[in-house]
Amino acid sequence: MEKRFAAPESVTEGTSAAAAANTWRWIGIVALIVIAAALPFGLSKYHVFELTMVMIYAIAVLGLNILTGYNGQISLGHGGFFAVGAYTAAILMHRYGVPYWLTLPPAALIGFALGVLFGLPALRFEGPYLALVTLAMALATPQLLKYFDTWTGGQQGINLAKPTPPAGLGLDRDRWLYFVALVVLLIAIRTAANILHGRTGRAFVAIRDHPIAAAAMGIDTAKYKTLAFGISTLFTAVAGALAAIVIGYVSPEGYSLFLSISFLVGSAVGGIATIGGAIVGGFFIQFVPNLANDISDAAPWAIYGLAMLLFMYTMPRGVVGTLWPRIVKFVAARKIAAQFAVSQREGR
Amino acid sequence: MHQFLQQIFSGLAAGSIYASLALALVMIYRATDLVNFAQGEMAMFSTYIAWTLVNAGLPFWLAFLITLAVSFAGGMIIERVVIRPVENAPVLAAVVVTIGLLLIFNSVAGWIYSYTVQDFPSPFPDRPVFGALMTTRDLGVIGVTLLMLVLLFAFFRYTPVGLAMRAAAQNPASARLCGIRVGRMLAIGWGLAAMIGATAGVMVAPVLFLDPNMMGGVLIYAFAGALLGGITSPIGAVVGGLIVGVTENLVGTYLIASQLKLTVAFALIILVLVFRPNGLFGTAVVRRV
Amino acid sequence: MNAVMFKSHILVFAVAGLLTAARGGVCMAAEYSPGASDSEIKIGNTMPYSGPASGYSAIGKSLAAYFAMINDQGGINGRKIDFISRDDAYSPPKTVEVVRKLVEEDQVLMVFQSLGTPPNLAIRGYLNDNKIPQLFVGSGADQWNDPRRYPWTMGWQPSYGTESRIFARYVLDNLPDAKVAVLYQNDDFGKDYVNGMRSGLGDKAGKMIVATQSYETTDPTVDSQVSALQASGADVLVTAAIPKFTTLAIRKVYDIGWRPTQFVNSVSTSVGSVMKPAGAEKSAGVMSATYTKDPSDPRWQETPEYKDWLAWMKKYNPSVNVADALAVYGYSTAQTLVAVLKASGDNLTRDHVMHVAASLHDLSLPMLLPGITISTAADDYAPIKQMQLQKFDGNSWKVFGDVIKGSGR
Repeated sequence: MEKRFAAPESVTEGTSAAAAANTWRWIGIVALIVIAAALPFGLSKYHVFELTMVMIYAIAVLGLNILTGYNGQISLGHGGFFAVGAYTAAILMHRYGVPYWLTLPPAALIGFALGVLFGLPALRFEGPYLALVTLAMALATPQLLKYFDTWTGGQQGINLAKPTPPAGLGLDRDRWLYFVALVVLLIAIRTAANILHGRTGRAFVAIRDHPIAAAAMGIDTAKYKTLAFGISTLFTAVAGALAAIVIGYVSPEGYSLFLSISFLVGSAVGGIATIGGAIVGGFFIQFVPNLANDISDAAPWAIYGLAMLLFMYTMPRGVVGTLWPRIVKFVAARKIAAQFAVSQREGR
Repeated sequence: MHQFLQQIFSGLAAGSIYASLALALVMIYRATDLVNFAQGEMAMFSTYIAWTLVNAGLPFWLAFLITLAVSFAGGMIIERVVIRPVENAPVLAAVVVTIGLLLIFNSVAGWIYSYTVQDFPSPFPDRPVFGALMTTRDLGVIGVTLLMLVLLFAFFRYTPVGLAMRAAAQNPASARLCGIRVGRMLAIGWGLAAMIGATAGVMVAPVLFLDPNMMGGVLIYAFAGALLGGITSPIGAVVGGLIVGVTENLVGTYLIASQLKLTVAFALIILVLVFRPNGLFGTAVVRRV
Repeated sequence: MNAVMFKSHILVFAVAGLLTAARGGVCMAAEYSPGASDSEIKIGNTMPYSGPASGYSAIGKSLAAYFAMINDQGGINGRKIDFISRDDAYSPPKTVEVVRKLVEEDQVLMVFQSLGTPPNLAIRGYLNDNKIPQLFVGSGADQWNDPRRYPWTMGWQPSYGTESRIFARYVLDNLPDAKVAVLYQNDDFGKDYVNGMRSGLGDKAGKMIVATQSYETTDPTVDSQVSALQASGADVLVTAAIPKFTTLAIRKVYDIGWRPTQFVNSVSTSVGSVMKPAGAEKSAGVMSATYTKDPSDPRWQETPEYKDWLAWMKKYNPSVNVADALAVYGYSTAQTLVAVLKASGDNLTRDHVMHVAASLHDLSLPMLLPGITISTAADDYAPIKQMQLQKFDGNSWKVFGDVIKGSGR
């Protein structure tokens, strides 16, 4: 395949501009966290629940971004890994009475292990072939969930007891789960940033951009590709576990191929090789289908599809992938203009 | 033994359905280097056009020819209007655009024609043959699929347009230097794929019945068939489609509980691909650093 | 308004009268839960308007069309119905979200006719915890009749298990030496029929059921499954499939020269969209059970009930096919709800509405078969329990035998 998964233009050139952009970025991030923490107190319980789902989808999309955006592998099967996390949490809570927050580490572990296992054969594939392998995962998931019904409850699914918020905080269940999801999301973003901006991330990008050159440089392509798969599915499985806890019910119908496709769409709309794009993707997955339904009962998917086209036309690298470099350039331009003005004044 | 033959033959009948849509996927891939996820829904929509014409009283074959013409034009227009804006965007953007198209076609078809299952007239008589192992209608589908294969093969091998199209897809820059109008080649590729899809839809609809979700399952199997055969090879698409059809039936009947046949069939396909990563008939792409 | 409907309303009013009397006197002031007021009643609903199950959306359209007619006629006891139907794409997590929106944001009085077994299972806990009626669930699973554990959840149609046991009864009575094969959809809907067949045949089930085969809704055909079932040597075939796959099965059975006694489930008996596409010759002799009138059956076409139905379809529901059995289903469930709301009078609390819904007595509806009525009680949440066997003659269904009351759970 000639076309590559292009990353946003590098922000490292023009160090002063990048530094300025970085300052702005930190201010932005802190402001976002403050807003995110204050938000649930100004919204109804239902809207808090909706935002919780946005964050959960964002974690799942972040996982996909690591694979697709940073390692160049397409996956149509992340809905399956989402299901693995969801059922891990559900089975642990329902059969073994494990407290809900303790189900996240096992979900992460199983997600990682399965991802690595899956990544091994996937090593040999690229482009449409990898899409097929992951598509098989998405198709097999509901079948397997129905087949092993002694564990999964089959078609009936599993109803989960609602988690009780800790006493003394004065938070109701929806707001408490919102904060749980927020904390997990922040941890996920931090972890992703650490991995991607470090040695491992550089290896991922090298493999994405020039697999043969990367191998020639001594990067263990197989190891890093498998690792990218494992890390990616770890994130998505944790998101699945959170979703099961928040929704309180799992069943095979909830994890169809359409979910996998939604993740891919969310990833593309947000910006595949960006971390912030995952959050935009979460918003897209959660709200755009609902909006489409409000606009037209008769053909909701037509509106949803049109929204996809519109986003891809105006921002082919995703919202963050397209806008962020522009912001950086804008800041840089202002900085240069300011310096120019200063030098003009000094010169006078 | 009869049971075994029965499964083989109904597998071939189903496989020829997958093969016909797989041919359209191969067409698009060779012309544009892209897997078109909307191919099935476009075929479904073309079939509805044929259905409308037949219901309006047109003879079957005339309706079919008009449908082919409309589909060819429609495919070209879609390429020019919908796909072109993301031509130079990252691959994923193009993938998402075809997914968007899939949703739009499915939803609009349901809106216009409703989701009620419709009977579709078959151009072939409906009689059991080979001791009721197949019907003449199944044979018709197989025959048309093979005919399409021959035409497609000849098109890529012998016609100037076919050769130009291969060049345009493989190396757009050099092709342009040779005077090939790459943009036009892409549009023709989409038009031809839409035509192949329309043929598949019209042949398949009498067997599966027409509704907006008719091609959903077929697309998945066609995709598997096309890749098993090698996504660049028309012969591979047909052989792959037939293998998928037969494998799926045998797995469902003999191996284990039929509830898992899709899972097992896919696992087998992937196993084959592990040993032949470019499909049975595909050629490896040599990459430069 | 025709005679039968009029009669049913008298019955319901009589029921309501008894209820209010039983509760100690007539309520003077109107009482409301969220979602009801002097001017309107808000009804929530979820429906797959998108995705692979979107074929069912004809029900949602029909419900909205029926309430539109009621509103044009002045509403229910002077109150207009505000019917809010949202898309859940048949995905349980989405249903949970959509129902929370209906309850918490739209403030509906109840959730009515939400479609599908998995979506309804997903919201049952939430609605019962919050004491919100989940009325006349759009699914025939056995489990909606469980008033002790889920007092706020009630089904409507005869359960799939009940129907399957009616088939089993027929087989035992008429074909005692039969070998039975079952083709079923690989989910609860299909498995309910398999289990119903097992329990209906009782001790002989192990011997009589010689083969079962399942299909997925993503399968393009069921050819392979039908061939495998034929090879088992069965002479009775029970098909528990949605309409499209039933058509495919009937045709394949005939094409491979197999001539078993065939039963198809009541979901897939539409003449227009199942039997006709399969071909008159191929579908002749197929049996099923039913509780509604088939709109394409010439037997009904001169009756006032049919004419009312047709007039409504033409004026309010033109986008749905007149031969579509789902329209009859939507029409009849909406009528049941209207009867309940009428009988609830000015006391539109969730508690009272649920109480009225659980106190229906022999309510007859224009498009239900003659002799089939709706009855409920505090310990009986299965509104329709009767069905009648029918046989397809190549043109239309002919009911035969008596109206059979299913054995319940």
